[in-house]
Amino acid sequence: MTSSTTPLHYLSLAEAAAALAAGRVSSAELTDAVIARAEAVEPRLRALLSADPASARAQAQASDARRAGGGSLGPLDGIPIGLKDVIAVRDQPLTAGSRMLEKFISPYDATVTRRLREAGAVLYGRHNCDEFAMGSSTENSAFHPTGNPWALDRVPGGSSGGSAAALAAGEALATLGSDTGGSIRQPAALCGVVGLKPTYGRVSRFGLVAYASSLDQIGPFGRTVEDVALVLQAIAGHDERDSTSVGAAAEDFAAALSAPSVPRRLGLPREYFGEGLDPEVAVAVERAVTHYRELGCEVREVSLPHTPYCLDTYYVLATAEASSNLARYDGIRYGHRCAAPRDLHDLYFRSRAEGFGAEVKRRIILGTYVLSSGYYDAYYLRAQKVRTLVRQDFLRAFEQVDALLTPTSPIPAFRRGEKANPLAMYLCDIYTIGANLAGLPAMSVPCGFTRAGLPVGFQLIGKPLGESELLAIGHAYDRVHQWGRRRPNL
Amino acid sequence: MNRTELDLDALARLARLALTPEEKATFARQLAELLGHIERLSQVDVSNVEPSAHAHPQHNVWQEDEPRPGLLPAEALRNAPAQRDQMIAVPKVVE
Repeated sequence: MTSSTTPLHYLSLAEAAAALAAGRVSSAELTDAVIARAEAVEPRLRALLSADPASARAQAQASDARRAGGGSLGPLDGIPIGLKDVIAVRDQPLTAGSRMLEKFISPYDATVTRRLREAGAVLYGRHNCDEFAMGSSTENSAFHPTGNPWALDRVPGGSSGGSAAALAAGEALATLGSDTGGSIRQPAALCGVVGLKPTYGRVSRFGLVAYASSLDQIGPFGRTVEDVALVLQAIAGHDERDSTSVGAAAEDFAAALSAPSVPRRLGLPREYFGEGLDPEVAVAVERAVTHYRELGCEVREVSLPHTPYCLDTYYVLATAEASSNLARYDGIRYGHRCAAPRDLHDLYFRSRAEGFGAEVKRRIILGTYVLSSGYYDAYYLRAQKVRTLVRQDFLRAFEQVDALLTPTSPIPAFRRGEKANPLAMYLCDIYTIGANLAGLPAMSVPCGFTRAGLPVGFQLIGKPLGESELLAIGHAYDRVHQWGRRRPNL
Repeated sequence: MNRTELDLDALARLARLALTPEEKATFARQLAELLGHIERLSQVDVSNVEPSAHAHPQHNVWQEDEPRPGLLPAEALRNAPAQRDQMIAVPKVVE
């Protein structure tokens, strides 16, 4: 695929960076193309919650002026990048998809936002998501659902559905989402783009709206594995304002892609290929496995025996942490406050009742229950112990293999309204949750389409802080197939 | 894990959340189904297993208590639902 035939808004980030460096295109032109594309598709797609074209154009002009003066800041300088609406951008709205924060304006930049600015990126677009990142379809947004660019009556996945859909639709050249149980990888798979959840602590969460703090991680979406590496390069690194931030030495993730030899041992966890896996997804993932075999990789079956308990462990830990984290929305300092409260208690109870949607209330109640006196040991403490066993499963598997390869989602994009039962929706995350519980880096790479034209992705799970290896393995497939470069008929 | 019937009123009180009768009925049914699923955790042998609060061991992080630039009062109050004299206004707490 050559850039001469590709519209500007569908360039890969790497292509756009090369074109900017060669003077073939300006940031102003790239930014205008993305804004025009958003104006054309948004009435049908609705991936954006808000956007500030004037600010984006000003950032693009500043980038072009920098470059003209010989002071380019690197490959992201002048590239339009959009953010899930849970990441703070100073003076821009930050709703987290919730009525609770409908009128909230960020007083400061998240650390990832600051790092993107320092890399010269043009920030454009605040993406729709499930309320407080709780969901797998973006239907839990308090404002509106988002369509899947490949089939508008289907969901884009979630919770970072807007960020995946916006990228697949050409409304940015890369985007950032957040992933607590699969919220980057599952929408990446359903929208046909690459999505990476880094190792827990690799990317600062300062300025991220908290959901479940022992699991949340920010990560990039890109059209190619290479693009994801370039964005990770800009946002990763230690941050003293996030106490869970890892003090790992700086790595050159883009250089890792051109490493002379790719790690060669891949494991297929047998628990990830059983009942509930859509046959067409299984076939597409099998084809990716065949590709790796042809590359000379050694593929072997491994076992992660505690996989059947991951979902239950997740819903205990995540809801417990959410019930605690969301206690801050009390109608006092910021967020929605009910009209004419009788007293302080009435203010708390009604502000929260009016500000939160059904899924958020459900999770707060469940989290309150598992933490409540008499149930703590049976649920929360037990789940924390099972988490230890889940992590040990992974570490044992990594004694035999360099990375694990699995389907990302058991099914392709489903129709809006199809999963009204909460448990049915939760089962969408069955293959992605393990990496969050164990804090491992994991990436969804597109690997084809179903007969109905819906994207399919496979997941690579790597060792702690093993992003360089993971990206190299993903790139070995993606550089050949480039499924994320396909464009929906939108 | 013997579980008594979910007391939605007590949970809503703990969570400072006003729920309608319809919400209580719906949540009671849905949460019973979810807890039925979650009870499978009781099948796992966790004897002699240490709990993990995080995926990786976390240690407390210290930093010097040094003054540094922060939000100005107007910035900090920008999102307050009600304010007066550079303070957040709330209902009377003490009679």
